Amino acid sequence: MTDHLIVNATLPGGEVADLVLRDGVIASLGAETAAPRDGVALETHDARGLIALPGLVDLHTHLREPGREDAETVETGTAAAARGGFTAVHAMANTDPVADTAGVVEQVWRLGTEAGHCDVQPVGAVTVGLGGERLAELGAMADSAARVRVFSDDGKCVADPALMRRALEYVRAFDGVVAQHAQEPRLTEGAQMNEGELSGRLGLQGWPAVAEEAIIARDCLLAAHVGSRLHVCHVSTAGSVEIVRWAKQKGWDVTAEACPHHLLLTDELAATYDPTYKVNPPLRSAEDVAALRAGLADGTIDVVATDHAPHPHEDKDCEWPAAAFGMTGLETALSVVQATMVDTGMLDWAGVAERMSAAPARIGRLGGHGRPLAVGEPANITLYDPSAVRTVDETRTASLSRNTPYRGMELPGRVVATFLRGRPTVLDGELV
Amino acid sequence: MRRHLLSAADLSRDDAELVLATAQELRSLADRPIKKLPALRGRTVVNLFFEDSTRTRISFEAAAKRLSADVINFAAKGSSVSKGESLKDTALTLEAMGADAVVCRHWASGAPHRLATAGWSRSCVVNAGDGTHEHPTQALLDAFTLQRHLGTSSGGLDGRRVAIVGDVLHSRVARSNALLLRTLGAEVTLVAPPTLLPYGVESWGVETSYDLDAVLPKTDAVMMLRVQRERMNASYFPTVREYSRRYGLDGRRMAKLAEHAIVMHPGPMVRGMEITADVADSDRSVIVEQVTNGVAVRMAVLYLLLGGSEPAIAGVPEAGGAR
Repeated sequence: MTDHLIVNATLPGGEVADLVLRDGVIASLGAETAAPRDGVALETHDARGLIALPGLVDLHTHLREPGREDAETVETGTAAAARGGFTAVHAMANTDPVADTAGVVEQVWRLGTEAGHCDVQPVGAVTVGLGGERLAELGAMADSAARVRVFSDDGKCVADPALMRRALEYVRAFDGVVAQHAQEPRLTEGAQMNEGELSGRLGLQGWPAVAEEAIIARDCLLAAHVGSRLHVCHVSTAGSVEIVRWAKQKGWDVTAEACPHHLLLTDELAATYDPTYKVNPPLRSAEDVAALRAGLADGTIDVVATDHAPHPHEDKDCEWPAAAFGMTGLETALSVVQATMVDTGMLDWAGVAERMSAAPARIGRLGGHGRPLAVGEPANITLYDPSAVRTVDETRTASLSRNTPYRGMELPGRVVATFLRGRPTVLDGELV
Repeated sequence: MRRHLLSAADLSRDDAELVLATAQELRSLADRPIKKLPALRGRTVVNLFFEDSTRTRISFEAAAKRLSADVINFAAKGSSVSKGESLKDTALTLEAMGADAVVCRHWASGAPHRLATAGWSRSCVVNAGDGTHEHPTQALLDAFTLQRHLGTSSGGLDGRRVAIVGDVLHSRVARSNALLLRTLGAEVTLVAPPTLLPYGVESWGVETSYDLDAVLPKTDAVMMLRVQRERMNASYFPTVREYSRRYGLDGRRMAKLAEHAIVMHPGPMVRGMEITADVADSDRSVIVEQVTNGVAVRMAVLYLLLGGSEPAIAGVPEAGGAR
C-alpha cells in the first residue's frame, strides 16, 4: 500500500489544498505537510492548476458484457470510465443474457471487482428479458451480492402503465428506484432521428418529442400517485425539462439525467447520414439543447449521465437506418460538460461535482461514492486539468469501440488522475 | 454539376437546364433506327439495386447502353431484416472492378449519400431512389416532360403550377420534384390528407392543400403518386374507398382541369386507387411518355457526370463544368 500526497489541488469550492490519501480515505486536507509513515511509501502528485473533484459516478453505462464482448467488456469499459475520471459506473441491464436475475448481476459485479478500474454497480432489468410483460425478480437482485438499487429496462420503455405502477411500488421495499427509458413505442416505430423539419427532408422516420414527454408525464403522475421515486433516463427535449420541473415543484420524488451529447450536438448532424450521430433518444434541436443546459444549471436535471453505448465498427459503418443506436461517452463526458456548462458560466465546479458525482451516487444509493472531499471520506478523487485542449482521436480510447461523435473535435480539459479508494487507477492520463 | 447526383437539391438552375437541354438532344435518338452513341465507350456503369425496381433499372440500363457504356447489373437482396452483403462490401467490390458510375437504388434513405461520402468508393454515384428520401432522375424526367408540354419561351417552368397528389410522406418522387420544380420556377402544391404530409412541410417553400377539388382548376399539371394499400392498416386513412373518393383522380375530377393541363404518374400505378383506368389511358395522360423521357434524361445525367469534354452528339451544347 502506498500513501498519496496531492499538492496544491483546487477543490470544487475554489480553495487550494493538499490532500493525503491513506488507507482508502482522505487522511488530511489542508496546508499542513504530511509526514511519511514508517514503512509506507508516500507518492507526491503535483496538482497545481488542477481541479480535484469527488470521483465521478455514471448512472448510465453500457458495458455490453455478457453477450457483446466484441463491442465492450467490463474490463475495457471500466478502463474507459477510469480514464474519464469515473470511480463508479452503473452497468445497464440490456446485456445478453439480460441482467434480470441475481446470477447475471452478480457476474457483472464480480467482473467489475476483478477488473479494478472502478466500481461497477449493476442495474437490474425491470421486466423479464426486457420483455415488458412481467416483473423480473427485483428483490433477488436487491438482496444479491450486487445489492442492486437501480432498475431499468433501458433501451426499451416500460410502456405498460400498470406494470410501471407495480414496479414503482415494488422497489420501495428495498429503497430501489425505477430508471425509465421514456419512449412511447407506438409513436416511435421505425424511428431514426428527431422528428422535425430535417427528418421530413431527409426521409428518415421521425422520433417525435411527444413520445418522450408523454411517458415522462405519465410516469411522474404514477410516481406521485403511489408515492415512489422515479428516475428519468436521458432527457432530451425542452418539453421533458418542463415536465420534470413541474413534477419537482409539486414536491414529487422525481430525478432526471441528461447526456453530454444532448448538451452539445444537434439533429443537424443527421444530414451527413453518418450513423455515428445516430443515438436513442436522438439528437434534438438547438432549442432543446438550450433547455437541457438551463435545466441542468437550475437543478431540474439532477445528473449528467453518459449513456456510453459502444458498438463495433460494422454496426456503424453502414447505411443510417441499418446502423445501431448509440455513442461512446465515458472519456469525453467531463470535457463536454466543461465546454457546455462551465465555460459558458452556467455551472461552477461545485455544480459539476454535484451533477456528476454526488447526485448520481445519491440516486443509485452508492454510499461510498459522491462524498464531499473531506477528512475521513473515501478517497475517490478525480484530478482534472481544465486548461488543457485536445482534439478527440477515436483511436486513442480504452474502449473497444470507436463510435464517438466528437471525432476530430477540439474539446477542453483532460483527466490527469483518478483515485479509487486511495489507489490510483489513472495517472498522467494513462491507466495505472 | 457536382460529381454525384444524390439529391435534386444538388442541381442549380443552370445544372438542371443543362441536363434538360442535353436530354432534349439525346431524345431525338429515340426516333432514329440506330439508337446508339459512342460517348461512354469503355466506361462501366453499375446498376446497384438493393430494392426491386423493374422500370428504373431498365431505364438506366437502356440509357447507359445507348451511350455505349458497359453495364453491370447488381441486384442485391438485403434489407434491415435480412442482412446480406453489406453496402460497404458491395461498394468495395465494385470499386475493385473499376466502376465509373454506380446507379444506386436502396431501401434506406441516405444510402447513396453514404456510398458517395463514406470513403468506400471513388465512383460517381447516381441516386436511383433511396428509401423515402429522393429520386432525382425521376424529378428530372418529370421536369423534362412538363417542359415539353408546358415549357415557357425561356425554356423554364416559371409560373407553371404543378399539383403533386397522394402519399407525399413516403414519396421520394415528391421530395425530389418539390425541390427541382421550384428550382425551375414552377409553383408546387402538395395535396394529401394531413396524415400523409411530412412533418415540417411548411418549410419546403411549397403550397399544401387537403382539398384536391379546389386545387385542380388552378393547376397546369397534376402528378398522382402511388398509394400503398398497406398504409390503411397504419391508419393513415380509414379505407381505400374513402381515400379514392377524396384524393383519387377519376374522369369527373379530370374534367375540372384546364384544357391544356396534363396528368402524370411516376408508376407503378394502382389503378382504381389513386387513378382510374380511364384517366390513366386518356389523352391528357403523359404517363407512357414519361417512361420514354426517362431514358433520355438518364442518358443526359450519365453523360454529364461521366462524359467529360466532348459533346454527346453534334449540336449538343458544351457540357460546361461536367466532370
